[in-house]
Amino acid sequence: MAQKHTRSPLGRAIWLGSAKEGVEHWWRQRVMAVALVPLTLWFVASIITHRGSDYTVVIAWLKTPLATLMMVLLLIALFYHTALGLQVIIEDYVHSTIKIPTLVLMRLGCFALAAAGILAVLRIALGG
Amino acid sequence: MSGSNIERSRPQSPNIQIYRPQLTSVLSIANRITGVVSSIAAIGLVAWLVAAATGPNAYAAVQSVLASTFGQIVLFGATFAFFLHFCGGIRHVAWDAGYGFELRAIYASGWAVVAVSVVLTVATWIVALFMAG
Repeated sequence: MAQKHTRSPLGRAIWLGSAKEGVEHWWRQRVMAVALVPLTLWFVASIITHRGSDYTVVIAWLKTPLATLMMVLLLIALFYHTALGLQVIIEDYVHSTIKIPTLVLMRLGCFALAAAGILAVLRIALGG
Repeated sequence: MSGSNIERSRPQSPNIQIYRPQLTSVLSIANRITGVVSSIAAIGLVAWLVAAATGPNAYAAVQSVLASTFGQIVLFGATFAFFLHFCGGIRHVAWDAGYGFELRAIYASGWAVVAVSVVLTVATWIVALFMAG
């Protein structure tokens, strides 16, 4: 019988291989990376344009629908990609008992920073 | 503990103290380092957004830090780290798609990553400084 997969049927049935979710982690990191290409280029271009602008101009820019949307999407993709990347680095270099607490703190930190950033953008966008 | 002593005396490979740095290995670790640097810069982005949402005084405080000589040097470094990670990431996605594994292609894409990130960093700052002036 032609084998389409490198894993055996039994191995697949009992969920063996790459810690069960390795491909998912790898795939999500790539999807977020591809999303970050236009999002970060837009951000760099916008910051260049607004260098030296005063407070009211920056706020007016963040209030435009496109800037609000792009900034929220940027924060989601950026901190998702960051959490996945830092996870691999921690798993590679931290082997003591602080490994799990470090991973949890990093994850919570990324979530909190993304939430803070998104709330700030929405506060600017929806505020008076 | 006696177990840890045995572990410590084991030879390690590659032994990075005597291993000659190559473009491939240097860019590999550089991709990780610039990823970490970009993560720290992302904290700065959130601080900047929160300050903007808080009000003119908080925003002015963050802007004065960013506009200082120290702030500008850090921002320049962060720009280069971001572009190196950005270009290195595109190289990685190409590998993931199955392209560029020949030795010649690996060195060509490696030097392209270095050159393009330097050009993009310098170009970004030249345009930014011109528009502000």
